[in-house]
Amino acid sequence: MNTSTPANTAAPMTTTTPVTTTAPTKTVVPARAAWSAVVRTGQTLTITDLHGNQAVDFLVYDAQDTAVRYSAPDTVHAQGGIFLTTGSVLMSNEYTPLMTVVADDVGRHDTVGGACSKESNTLRYGHHTWSQHACVDNFLAEGAKHGLGKRDLVSNINWYMNVPVEKDGTLGIVDGISAPGLSLTLRAERDVLVLVSNCPQINNPCNGFEPTAVEMTITGADDRGITA
Amino acid sequence: MATETTYGARDHARAQEGARAEAMPVVPARDWPEPPCEADRLVWAETVAGGNYTHRVLARGTELRLTDLRGDACAHVLLYVADRPWERLNVADTVKVQWNAYLGAGQLLLSDQGRVLASVVADSSGRHDALCGTSTLARNTGRYGDGTPQGPSPAGRELFKLAAAKNGLEPRDLPPSLSFFQGVEVREDGALDFTGSAGPGAHVTLRAEQDVTVLIANVPHPSDPRPEYVSTPLEVLAWRAEATRPGDPLWDATPEGRRAFLNTAEFLAARGLA
Repeated sequence: MNTSTPANTAAPMTTTTPVTTTAPTKTVVPARAAWSAVVRTGQTLTITDLHGNQAVDFLVYDAQDTAVRYSAPDTVHAQGGIFLTTGSVLMSNEYTPLMTVVADDVGRHDTVGGACSKESNTLRYGHHTWSQHACVDNFLAEGAKHGLGKRDLVSNINWYMNVPVEKDGTLGIVDGISAPGLSLTLRAERDVLVLVSNCPQINNPCNGFEPTAVEMTITGADDRGITA
Repeated sequence: MATETTYGARDHARAQEGARAEAMPVVPARDWPEPPCEADRLVWAETVAGGNYTHRVLARGTELRLTDLRGDACAHVLLYVADRPWERLNVADTVKVQWNAYLGAGQLLLSDQGRVLASVVADSSGRHDALCGTSTLARNTGRYGDGTPQGPSPAGRELFKLAAAKNGLEPRDLPPSLSFFQGVEVREDGALDFTGSAGPGAHVTLRAEQDVTVLIANVPHPSDPRPEYVSTPLEVLAWRAEATRPGDPLWDATPEGRRAFLNTAEFLAARGLA
């Protein structure tokens, strides 16, 4: 699934012979599964909600220095709002741009709710949920392939998840506003490692109570002419 | 006083004993001039300068009161389980599990393991933020011309890196933080309104529900619209008290909170800690 150089190696990435074809690479991420890839500067990643209202939990790291990673608060502060859509810049914890949303069929995505976990499920729904799969386990398993561990997990983006905040501060995950086939596209502002958990949550409407597959498409040559 | 010789330099250094600064820890803490409890219960008494930081390991049951002395403090806070810091404050779980984006009395500060690190037991401010985090070197350099710890406008993240390092932690151990005393509200369309300070003297009290490492950076809120770096002293007092117990109103205030307290109690009992 991940055809790129592991992010935690310092190997130079300039040895590939430049080519001019730009055939996109498409990967269908099954329901409940994890996925990762390096997206190089200038390439785009399109995330397609194949069956509608499927939350895609998403973290992104600077591929050369994974201590620099997506920061929800820096992203929210930089754009002055909590919802992501076209034009939103995903900022790092050092206030540098990692990716930009260049297209979005839906209109708003969540920065606040973070990932589901077996542990938080016991608080949100009860201890009967303990044996259910959860996004944090996907992030841990997929991150380990790149040398990332628990300390590297931070508040993530939830594409296609709808989390309104009421005037009194009440917030919650409510019915989604996505639909089958809608997509969004991110442009990499530098070489980034993307970690995805195709959310397995079945206790709230973030996946319409039935997790489904999503599609990842990496398109374009990077600044050095290296294609996906 | 002559400092040409080792003896003179020693006398010069020792003559400083008893000097006072506005921002300093008072050691021992029981010597704090106006203790909010029996003086012997105080374990930490410090005034943190604007643009500075502090940190401490607090025993379960300790209460930590932060006071915005002049109205322009902003206490950026991170919490870790003291001896296993990979379990730490999770801001997303804190707001999601409790169905509320805003911090205030009765809120629990949750770890990523479904347990309570600390509870907010008193709050006279109501102006806090769980969304915007703290400031960064790049942002403060662009905003104020400098963001280094030694400069005139230190960034919160740079100070957190120092506080973390003194507890054996690295930049990758710094998740999104909370901030107290400068408020942010969310409009229906998701846009943020900075509501600022509740004024001088506002205070908030946290109760440690496990042994925790607390990191505090006192720097302007990143959404503070003023062009100049305004950051005034933060008072930090901590004293021995009791952790929340079954039967306390806070224990049963919400079903989510009750399960978080139960998870915490089970964890501590299995370790023989409570």
